Amino acid sequence: MVTPTESADLKDSNLKGNIPDGLTPDLLRYWEVLDQVPDPEIPAISVVDLGIVTRLTVGDGGVVQVVLTPTFAGCPALKWMEKTVREALLEAGAPEVEVQTTFENPWTSDRISEVGREKIRNFGLAPPPRRRPGCVGPDLEALAHAACPRCGSENTSMKSPFGPTLCRSLHYCFDCLEAFEQFKPL
Amino acid sequence: MPNSHPFPSGPLARYLLQIADDQLIMGHRNSEWTGLGPILEEDIAFSSVAQDQVGHALAFYEYLQAECGAGDPDQTAFNRPENQMLCNGLVEQPIGDYAFSLVRHWCYDHAVRLRYESLSGIPNQTLQSIAVKLRGEVKYHTFHADTWMKSLLEGSEESRFRMLAAIKEVWPLALGMFESWVGEEDWLVELAGSGQGWYPGEAALRLQWQEQAFRSLQTWGVDVEKLGLEKMDPVLGGRQGYHTVHLAPLLEEMTAVFRLDPQAEW
Repeated sequence: MVTPTESADLKDSNLKGNIPDGLTPDLLRYWEVLDQVPDPEIPAISVVDLGIVTRLTVGDGGVVQVVLTPTFAGCPALKWMEKTVREALLEAGAPEVEVQTTFENPWTSDRISEVGREKIRNFGLAPPPRRRPGCVGPDLEALAHAACPRCGSENTSMKSPFGPTLCRSLHYCFDCLEAFEQFKPL
Repeated sequence: MPNSHPFPSGPLARYLLQIADDQLIMGHRNSEWTGLGPILEEDIAFSSVAQDQVGHALAFYEYLQAECGAGDPDQTAFNRPENQMLCNGLVEQPIGDYAFSLVRHWCYDHAVRLRYESLSGIPNQTLQSIAVKLRGEVKYHTFHADTWMKSLLEGSEESRFRMLAAIKEVWPLALGMFESWVGEEDWLVELAGSGQGWYPGEAALRLQWQEQAFRSLQTWGVDVEKLGLEKMDPVLGGRQGYHTVHLAPLLEEMTAVFRLDPQAEW
């Protein structure tokens, strides 16, 4: 299985991940396990860095309860992610695992951690622009001149708001003269 | 067959079911462009929009199961007879040519946007979260539709001619998206009584939608009056379970695999 641990340089960086602070050792261990579960469509990034794990608690008898939220409602990878999350926790010694998916804390691309954004860039995708204050929903204006993940140029244009997966759009860089993909803001 | 698909009751459930059925059928229709789009990017765009729409239908079918006593989402989606489907006539139509599909996409997704904007004001945390989430996704749909409406209406003589023809064809069906439904009137009174203004009713939604649509069309140089759009009558029936001739064959095809073994685990 591919694990999102490569880029050793990121490990020592000061970039923040999405594991909450101040956890008990037990919870921290489970979060770290999930931080090794890759997103099936962009395996460079973990489900934790992607920001789809919204809650992790340990209930009676050590039952681990995980709440996930989909990036896009029609994400076909969701069932797969529920399965891999469950399996990873069981393998790490959780006696029982309950995985639930809800829209309670709806996902936005701002939930991707700093580490996650860097991994997305290393993977060759432009990370999503952060939402400007006051902007309702995805900031499509920012997409018109997305920064090229290769050369950083903003002399680019969006070719289509829809790409190979629901969470990517298609762009062209006039400086590299190459097409690139952008992780869509939501 | 056991009665595993109870019909959810109450006006809110019915309203959500209408939205879900629209999304399911629209998604199915749009998916028919997969592999046939005029250019690769458009093939991908329609396929992605379709995927979103089926996902949106699922979000509501799941809510109806969890909160309104409906059955399993697969049963609700694939195991209802035609006269229990509540989708509108616009979404039922075959894909036609690309102009037809684009104009329908534009009309439909702007209407969905208005519904989600309205639903995100509901005093129900779960539905509010769902609406806010889905509204963000629809922004990509309307962006895509707007881009092509503008390009083709301001493009060549042929593209403009074909888009205008499609607009005339789509309009009466699009007006049918706002058909008043059984229980709507009482519900509006009830909502007003409890100080809930989030759902304005179909007539008000239609006015809002049409006003915005006319404004965009005029920016793209369309003479709305000359096309006779204001005088067109809506195609009605879908919200009462009376459908255009295109729904039955679509359901037949869409549910063919499901019907082989309705209790199968997917």
